[in-house]
Amino acid sequence: MSDNDTLEDEMPLGTLPLDAWHRAQGARMVPFAGYEMPIQYEGIVAEHEWTRSSAGLFDVSHMGQLLLSGEGLDAAVEAILPIDLSTLKLGRQRYSLLLDDNGGVLDDLMVSRWPDNLYFVVNGATKYDDIGYLREHLPDEITLHHMEDHALLALQGPKAADALARHVTGEYTLADLTFMRFGRFEMAGHVVTIARAGYTGEDGFEISLPAEAAEEVARMLCAEPEVKPVGLGARDSLRLEAGLPLYGHDLSPEISPIEAGLIFGINKRRRTEGGFMGAERICREIAEGTSRKCVGLTIEGRMPAREGADVYAGDTKVGTVTSGGFSPTLGAPIAMAYVDSEHAANGTALECEVRKKRLPATVSPMPFVPHQYYRGN
Amino acid sequence: MPRYFTDEHEWIDVEGDSATVGITDYAQEQLGDIVFVELPDVGAMLDKGGDAAVVESVKAASDVYSPITGEVTEANGSLEDEPALVNSSPEEDGWFFRMTVGDKAEFEGLMDDKAYKAFVDNL
Repeated sequence: MSDNDTLEDEMPLGTLPLDAWHRAQGARMVPFAGYEMPIQYEGIVAEHEWTRSSAGLFDVSHMGQLLLSGEGLDAAVEAILPIDLSTLKLGRQRYSLLLDDNGGVLDDLMVSRWPDNLYFVVNGATKYDDIGYLREHLPDEITLHHMEDHALLALQGPKAADALARHVTGEYTLADLTFMRFGRFEMAGHVVTIARAGYTGEDGFEISLPAEAAEEVARMLCAEPEVKPVGLGARDSLRLEAGLPLYGHDLSPEISPIEAGLIFGINKRRRTEGGFMGAERICREIAEGTSRKCVGLTIEGRMPAREGADVYAGDTKVGTVTSGGFSPTLGAPIAMAYVDSEHAANGTALECEVRKKRLPATVSPMPFVPHQYYRGN
Repeated sequence: MPRYFTDEHEWIDVEGDSATVGITDYAQEQLGDIVFVELPDVGAMLDKGGDAAVVESVKAASDVYSPITGEVTEANGSLEDEPALVNSSPEEDGWFFRMTVGDKAEFEGLMDDKAYKAFVDNL
């Protein structure tokens, strides 16, 4: 037997602050985004189910953490991103998109307003390109600091808040931290920034902390009965169930955010005003629609349709799967695909072709598994 | 009943002119949770080293190759309802298919139990 997975380009791989800790936890390490990263510990399905029922700790230190500051920061960032920073208050985080001048997606990212600056979290595989692109397009007055001395941990799941609360002190409690808010806290004597957000569809947190504190905090959290380490394998199956796109698969420079169904990433004022990278195409697509759309597919049987599988309506090829796999929660294969807009309505019967077999598929609303975000009591 | 192994982590049990094929414990461990197995049709002619089956784990699809040349005589129907048998019992209940033995000389290039263990220990 052999894996059909393609290996990444052979480049020297970096190691992340928790490398030794992952190995001590029994992780299987694989190349990902230029680093050796844990794909699994005890097994993808067990870790997936643990995250949905308890709490999983994910090391996402490969992601880029950027701090932007300087005179005229908001206007400078708005000239690039389709975000409305006038409505982004201190302590709030928002999803945004880095677009090229044709409206193709270079990356998706989180933007947070810190007291004197903006904090971005960008994808690991694209971070150096993003930094280059931002530096090229930002005026000289703006300083971009890549926080390479920081790690990023995500604690996700219905019991994440209980476990984390035992180790956090701050001006306010975690209960005050609703979805997409963040704050400064102290953990084990270290100042950390905690955002209530994640990539699993569950309630959860993303903790930005000094690299040297990462192992102590990881050990502390995994000592809680609710918490186990969870690898990239389950991170992928969890985000697919949650209907969240993965850059490099469901998003790319060949795809516009409107096709991707990410219109919420183009903030309202910007849709009419424009003035961001790719605005011409984006505004046109908002007005006129797109010829293809990102949809969810539920697939009959047990055979998954994976990235690259063709999607058919009768004899006509109408699209391509961009992410696909087996949903542990549903016990069935699910996929994200881009299909011609006339076949994108929920309930449309289509077929995916896998190894010359046609698998019946139905266009289905996403998320496949409902989100459980904490929006306050 | 001799059992042979391939360097692609298939095992093959030989009983006269018939053989049973599956994947090894090492292979299932590497693949992780198996969610679907696509087996060859009865009557299909397989070539040594050619595609025989596909195992789908949560993370990827992997090809399973035929250790020898022959004709498929039976596929393990239990795997349809319970693909996880490949994880729980890879070298017994989780067998993939049975086939005819075309040319016994083809066993010569395969490993025995001891050689395969040494092979895996070096991976």
